[in-house]
Order: sequence, then C-alpha cells, then structure tokens
Amino acid sequence: MARQLNRVVSITGFVLLLLLLIPLTGWSKEAIPVAEDPEIEKRMLALTMDLRCLVCQNEPISDSRAEFSNDIRREIREQIKANKTDEEIIQFLVDRYGDFILYNPPVKSTTVMLWFGPAILFVIALGALIVHLKRRRVQIEDISLSQEQLEAAEALLDEEKKGKNV
Amino acid sequence: MMRYLIPLFAFMILAAFLLVGLSLNPRQVPSPLIDKPAPKFQLNQLHEPDKIMSSDENLGKVWMLNVWASWCVACRDEHPLLVQLAKSGIVPIYGLNYKDERNTALQWLKRFGDPYAISIIDSDGKVGIDYGVYGVPETYVIDKKGIIRHKQIGPVTVDSLEKTIIPLIKELQQQV
Repeated sequence: MARQLNRVVSITGFVLLLLLLIPLTGWSKEAIPVAEDPEIEKRMLALTMDLRCLVCQNEPISDSRAEFSNDIRREIREQIKANKTDEEIIQFLVDRYGDFILYNPPVKSTTVMLWFGPAILFVIALGALIVHLKRRRVQIEDISLSQEQLEAAEALLDEEKKGKNV
Repeated sequence: MMRYLIPLFAFMILAAFLLVGLSLNPRQVPSPLIDKPAPKFQLNQLHEPDKIMSSDENLGKVWMLNVWASWCVACRDEHPLLVQLAKSGIVPIYGLNYKDERNTALQWLKRFGDPYAISIIDSDGKVGIDYGVYGVPETYVIDKKGIIRHKQIGPVTVDSLEKTIIPLIKELQQQV
C-alpha cells in the first residue's frame, strides 16, 4: 500500500516536472503590427511628437496612452489615409484645440511673451548686474582711510606679526 | 533705507506673480472656437436612435450643448444644476453623449434625471474632436446664429452659472 502510494507520488511528480517544460516551447505568435501601414504610422508618429496631449499636458501625443491621444492618433491616421498634407492636419487640430496643442507655437501677439519673455528678463537682469558692479567699484574706490585709521591698522598688523614670531 | 526696500519690492512682485499663477488653472485652455461658428453635426438621438438630429435645427435660438458621459465622474457633480436649469426653462440644453454606451447612458439619465431637450450619440468622439473636447464635462453656449459664445471646461458650478452663463444667455436672447 505504502509502496503503491509512493509510486503514485513519484509519477505525479514526474508529470508535474514535464508540465514545467511546456512553457518553454511557448505559444508565441508573431507581433501584431501597430497599424496596417507602416508608412502612415511613421508620418503619424512624426506629427504627434510635436503635439501636446491636452489631458497629460507635459507629454506629447506620440507617447501618451490617454484616451484623448488615442482619438487624435486615430484622427490623424484617417486624415493621412485621406491624403491630407501635414500642414492641413496641423491646421485642423489648431482650429479645434488652439496653439496650445503645439509644442512649437507660432510667433503671434499672444505668444510674444512666451518666445521673448526669457530673453527680455535676461537682458534686464544683465543690465541690473552691470549697474550694480559699476556702483560697487565706485564705492570701493571711494573708501579712503584717515591717517589715524592707517596707523591703527598698522599697529594691529604689527601686533599680529609679533604674536606669530613668539 | 532703499537698500533694504529694493529686495522687498522685488520679492513682492515675485510673490504677486506666483499668487496669480496659483489661482490659474492650467487645465483651462482657451478655446479657439469662441466667436466661431459651432461645428455642424448630424447625429443619432440617444432615446430614439433611428432619429437624426442636425445642429442646424437649433438656428434661431440660444442653446447649450453639454458634453457628458456615464463614465464621467465630474458629470455627476454638475448634473443636478443642469436639471435645475432645464426646469427653469431659461435655455434648452442639448446633451452630447460622448464615447458612451447607449444602455448605460440611458440608465444614467433615468437615475440622475434627464435635463436634455435631446441627447445625441457621439460614440466615436468625432464630433467631440470638432468641438475641441478634451475633458468631459464641457459646456458650450451657442447663439441664434449658431456661433459659440462661451465654453465651460469642467463641471458647471453655481458660481459660473450665476455670474457668467445665465447673464450671457439672457443677453444673447435679446439679440435678433
């Protein structure tokens, strides 16, 4: 009885070991293509890299998995299939979502500060620094010591020298 | 004295900018569609799917288009206000049921009330793209000539209704 049980256990163990080998052969399939046409996909990717996902605002549409980005990608694919040019597609999106969807917005009255604000701030800061440095130089030159102060300073220095020598 | 005041002023200016920045909402992207003709649509109605509603039917009246979905949590927040507004009869509200399933949408309306004169189905979100929708709920005020006059991104609030939307609607209704 014990022997039989032993046998059953060892057979079961063997079968289980064999089962472990099955995944090695795998059920792998060829990767499913992202879209039917790699050309369309390439153009779509190039376009969406410079477009902002409005839901996750610091991510380009090309990287985003948001529902919004999925929709825009689908829309762009459809428009490419309909033989629209890149400019037409970008214009289509800007008409609906505004310049904010572009990571490279055009220079306009509303975007002037965005484009030149940092440069203007830099020039102001540089000017302030130059004025400050010039003033400081004048201040440094202005300081002149009276005879009394000079003597006092000398005395202090002498004292220090003596102290070190001893 | 000036030496100490200049940094103080500089700090105050910086603080003012930061304070304004804090109160801005980066999610509220100004829509380029304001003062432009509302995109036209012809969509199946939610309650009677065989019937089609065209946006042209609303020419000649001021109306509101509310983009909603049963999966949208924030829609629930604004919904009682829309029901109340619809009851008041100030303005007809049309519902754009955005990327939703018909049955769940109908159940949702049954449960929370139906403020819409007509609900239309935008199952693939195409009309949503035309209207520049990116975060549901969104609400548009459209005038008699079919021009978009206002867009509310995110849920409608008592404040936005009383201060902006209702006064605007009353003003637009006066126009010929």
